[in-house]
This record gives sequence, structure tokens and C-alpha cells, in this order.
Amino acid sequence: MFDLTSKTALVTGATGGIGEAIARALHARGATVALSGTRAEKLEALAADLGERAHVLPANLSDREAVEGLVPAAEAAMGGLDILVNNAGITRDNIFMRMKDEEWEQVLEVNLTAGFRLCRSAVKGMMRRRSGRIIGIGSVVGTTGNPGQANYAAAKAGMIGMAKALAREVASRNVTVNTISPGFIETAMTDVLNDKQKESILGTVPAGRLGTAAEIAAAAVYLASDEAAYVTGQTLHVNGGMAMI
Amino acid sequence: MSDIADRVKKIVIEHLGVDAEKVTVEASFIDDLGADSLDTVELVMAFEEEFGVEIPDDAAETILTVGDAVKFLEKAAA
Repeated sequence: MFDLTSKTALVTGATGGIGEAIARALHARGATVALSGTRAEKLEALAADLGERAHVLPANLSDREAVEGLVPAAEAAMGGLDILVNNAGITRDNIFMRMKDEEWEQVLEVNLTAGFRLCRSAVKGMMRRRSGRIIGIGSVVGTTGNPGQANYAAAKAGMIGMAKALAREVASRNVTVNTISPGFIETAMTDVLNDKQKESILGTVPAGRLGTAAEIAAAAVYLASDEAAYVTGQTLHVNGGMAMI
Repeated sequence: MSDIADRVKKIVIEHLGVDAEKVTVEASFIDDLGADSLDTVELVMAFEEEFGVEIPDDAAETILTVGDAVKFLEKAAA
């Protein structure tokens, strides 16, 4: 079950906690992985740790040209692309009334538009090969909202809608498109919360703890697998029960 | 029919699974040959591969019939 031997995967944001965990999990199941992110050194270190079947493709997703070049580079490095994981994401939190246009635009550009371009570029080869897996990493706030994160919530909700539309277009070609929506996960992004914030968040999580990056990665392995061929256009919520949708 | 026309016809027959006699110069991929919009994108990709040319999106949108494809590819080869 869930064997990914001879599959190739591109993971964006592989320097982040969730991205790294996803890359490690796909690799552990046998996949060849292309690691993308902005910090080349960190990517090199991860690739060295993984050993064989790991490629490093640094890219800044706010740079349109870098985005357009990423999938072709991954296909060239690995001889094709079976699995695309759109994981990269940034936050520029601010309360709505103070949110600047740049904060809105940066978050939409990196979290949603770059993902759109990567999907557009990856789906071509997947259609031709009659198989493919596209996995977006959304967020529970894309469904529930969160104060101070109008831009982030809009981008994450946008990813879900985009995934559903694309899923309908390419389902007949055995390409699936799904979204994983993490709740509160222990990463650098949630480390910035103070104890009081963490405590109040945990009060809303029936599981009574933050999730781990590995628990998101396990969902990605499932959606990337042959066994998940009949699952498309779905949003898989991994959130300890904080939102049951 | 030219060599290019023969190759186009072959791709269309294979890809859409239609009878050879239906694939006339005037045949519209969508109206006559039962293609959906995704099929037309795939046909264009198959033409690009077979003939080693790039068909830009705005040109692809004007390729609606078998004859349109042949005309475009003959021009590209000239």
C-alpha cells in the first residue's frame, strides 16, 4: 500500500516544516523528489540527508519567471513529474482595516497565483501520461476564516476552489487534484504565537494538542498514492477535530 | 492528401477513436468528431510532438477543423 517507487515529486516550500516532512515522507515511500524553496543551503542540507533520489531546485515563487521555469526544471531533472505538491506559503498578517495592498498582493501571488502557474505547467505532462497527482496545502482558515488573515484565508480558500475546478477538467485523464487543509501544526509559522494565543487555540481543538508536520505528510502520501485514484476535488482536513466540515 | 495531412489524420483517428472516413478536411473536432475542449488541447499537444513545432495558444484557438490543423502545420513546415 502507498508505494511510490519510481514516482517523481516536486515539493515547493520544502524548507518549511510541513514541506520538509512531506518531501521526507514521499522519499521514504520510494519517490524521487525535487525540493524547491528560497533557501538553497537548507535545501542542499535536506537533499544530502535524504541521499539518493533528491534534487534541489531553489526558486522564489514571488518571481514569475522562476515559477514558470520550475516544473520544466523538475521534469528535466527527474525525467517527468508524477506528483506536484503546492506547499509554499507565506503570511503577512494584519487586521483587515489596516491591511496594505502589498500585504494582500504578496500573499495572493505566492500562495495562490504561483500555485496556479505550477499546476498549469505540470498538468500538461500529466495529461499526456494519463496519470498525475496534484496536492495543494491549504489551511483550515481558508474554510473557517481567522482574524488578521484575510489575505491568507482568501488565498487558501482560492486554492480549494481552483483545485475543484481543475479536478473536474482532468479527472478523465487519471489526474487527481486535492487539497490538504491543516489545522494548527507545530511549525515555524505557529511558533510565533505566544503562550496565551496557543492556549486559546488549543481550547478549540478537541484533540487537545497541535498537530505535527508528519501527520500532514501522511495525508500527502495517501493522496499521492495509486490507492487514492478515486479521490479527487476533495479537501482533506487534518486538524485534530477543530473544524468538522 | 499531403504527407502532413495523412499524419494529422492518423493522430485524430487514434486520439479520438473515430472512423477514418469521418476525418475529412472540413470535419470539426468538436461538432463532427465528438471531441471535448480537453481533447482539442490534447490534439494540439500531439501535433506539437509529431511535427516538432510549438503551437501558441492564440493559434491553437483557431484550429477547429482537421483542415485548420493541416493548414497551420503546412505553413509551419514551409
